[in-house]
Amino acid sequence: MRLGLVRRAAVDRGLQVRRRRLVLGARRLLRTPLGLLGGGTFHVAAGHGRSVVRTLGAVPSALAVHALEKRYGSVQALKGVDLAVEEGELVGLLGPNGAGKSTLVKVAVGLVRATRGRAEVAGARAGSRAARAELGYLAELFRFPGWYTADEVLSLNQRLTHSDGGAAERARLLELVALDDARGRRVDGMSKGMQQRLGIAQALVGSPRVLVLDEPTSALDPAGRRVVRVLLEEQRDRGVSVLLNSHLLSEIELVCDRVAILRAGEVVAAGSPSELSRPRGVELETDAGTRTIEGATREDTPRLVAEAVAAGRQVYGVRVLTSTLEDTYLEAVGDEVS
Amino acid sequence: MTVVLTIMGYGFREAVRRKVFAVVVLLTAIFLGLFWLATHYVFTRLSTITPPAGVHVDSRVFAGAFLLGLAMFATLFLGVVLAVFLTLGVVSGDAERGLLQPLVVRPVGRATLLLSRFLGAAVVCIVYVLAVYGIAVAIIDLTGHWTPPSALAPGLELAGGVVIVIALSILGSVFLSSTANGIAVFMLFGAGLTAGLLGTIGHALNSPTIEHASRDAAWALPFEALYQDGLRIISSNASGLTGFLLQLGPFGGAYVHGWGIRLWSVGYLLAALALAVFAFQRRDL
Repeated sequence: MRLGLVRRAAVDRGLQVRRRRLVLGARRLLRTPLGLLGGGTFHVAAGHGRSVVRTLGAVPSALAVHALEKRYGSVQALKGVDLAVEEGELVGLLGPNGAGKSTLVKVAVGLVRATRGRAEVAGARAGSRAARAELGYLAELFRFPGWYTADEVLSLNQRLTHSDGGAAERARLLELVALDDARGRRVDGMSKGMQQRLGIAQALVGSPRVLVLDEPTSALDPAGRRVVRVLLEEQRDRGVSVLLNSHLLSEIELVCDRVAILRAGEVVAAGSPSELSRPRGVELETDAGTRTIEGATREDTPRLVAEAVAAGRQVYGVRVLTSTLEDTYLEAVGDEVS
Repeated sequence: MTVVLTIMGYGFREAVRRKVFAVVVLLTAIFLGLFWLATHYVFTRLSTITPPAGVHVDSRVFAGAFLLGLAMFATLFLGVVLAVFLTLGVVSGDAERGLLQPLVVRPVGRATLLLSRFLGAAVVCIVYVLAVYGIAVAIIDLTGHWTPPSALAPGLELAGGVVIVIALSILGSVFLSSTANGIAVFMLFGAGLTAGLLGTIGHALNSPTIEHASRDAAWALPFEALYQDGLRIISSNASGLTGFLLQLGPFGGAYVHGWGIRLWSVGYLLAALALAVFAFQRRDL
């Protein structure tokens, strides 16, 4: 019975993936001519001069915020943030505590009203019914009623999202987050990690186009994190856009296409993890020992090896050194304690 | 409609799990048991109650109306307790616990969510109030062979009063934490009852100023006015000295009554709900 369900879920999933990919392909094909026709703008807003917002006239970003400001009394939580998550893109949000990450996420999902600027989900105003219909969200601090079973939590969310996936969708989602054995278990009998995985499953009910996850792995062990990582990659492959707010740099570095670093309510760095990493020199291992040539780049490597060989050295290894996301993060946020 | 029923069911299950119903049913059973006992003793000894010579009081009508007034007060109180505990944390309380956010981001809409919670609590409280009131009427009828001139209208007005308290509690929950909201609603309820008693005192002392203050309070807190109107109806066939004495007692007399206050109550209820929805839609969570 269970095997049958899983198999049927896998077939459903396969069909959905193919359908999504077709739509995604068509949209991507549309983008270039639209851009050439002047239908799109390319907005540069980040401190490091990298593109953050890309607005295309006819194809709205999956999630976009423009000049977003939020003030809580005398505290300015967001100071004109621009950010976009394109279809099928996984964007990570980093920053120290109080940087405005959670506020940004809450504005995007319609839990908090912006003071100025605008936030949109699939072209609809954030918080509107149309925007909420496209969205799956896991809050940083969330709780499900303790007396609900995992299956009932998903069933409740199916009714609220008008999902007609039925038992097959619930079984598939529980399997995705490795909770298929805990289907009938009550929430108050689950560990924190299980509840967090259930939270991710409820966010996926109704196959949303945009996923916003606020610290989705904070309570998970390494195995649980891996489950979530695989799940996120699978969602991206299906064309789902993901905004991931996390303190775990390694996690962000592993799965995200782009990263935005916030500090004191502003985006101070943005780009793909490889764009954000900087050359830190080339390490040359010869019979005379290991030497680091500061400032050298990947392109300098053949010349450096040739020079060493010409000087009669035996070259055993060459390593191009780049900064990690952690280095970039620390550089961007300074010595602020996260 | 499915969504409304889903959210109503969600609130209902929450109340069941938190043992709200268990406590209310236990308290109600104790109250009804004691009420039956009191009614039994009053009516079996009715013949021994002798008013002073020359004073004509219909002791059966007096005892019946007085006891039903007492039952109405208790029903209103228990109904308000149930209403407050079902709704005191609908917004702030659930938001603080992280229960609200996963629901609010769904396509349901904040207005539907809030109004569904209101409807869920209203249905439960209306059924409860009508049931307890009906049992009290039945006890008096079976024990003392007395029924009020209109049995249904006072019950409906009591239920209406409780529904207004639910709306006030939901409105309060948008702005206040659960504890603060519970205290605020119970204090409002207490203020309304005190104002009603003040009107009775004003009537006894023949003080227009006190009666005027009581009347203003009844318009400001119409659940009290509906309760008073219910009391007026159950004693409306008591004439002469019997009626006068009932008016003087704590369970008689209505200084604001009739269709004016009923229509005002409906408008008040709608305004409270509209304000709650408006505030909830603007509230950061």
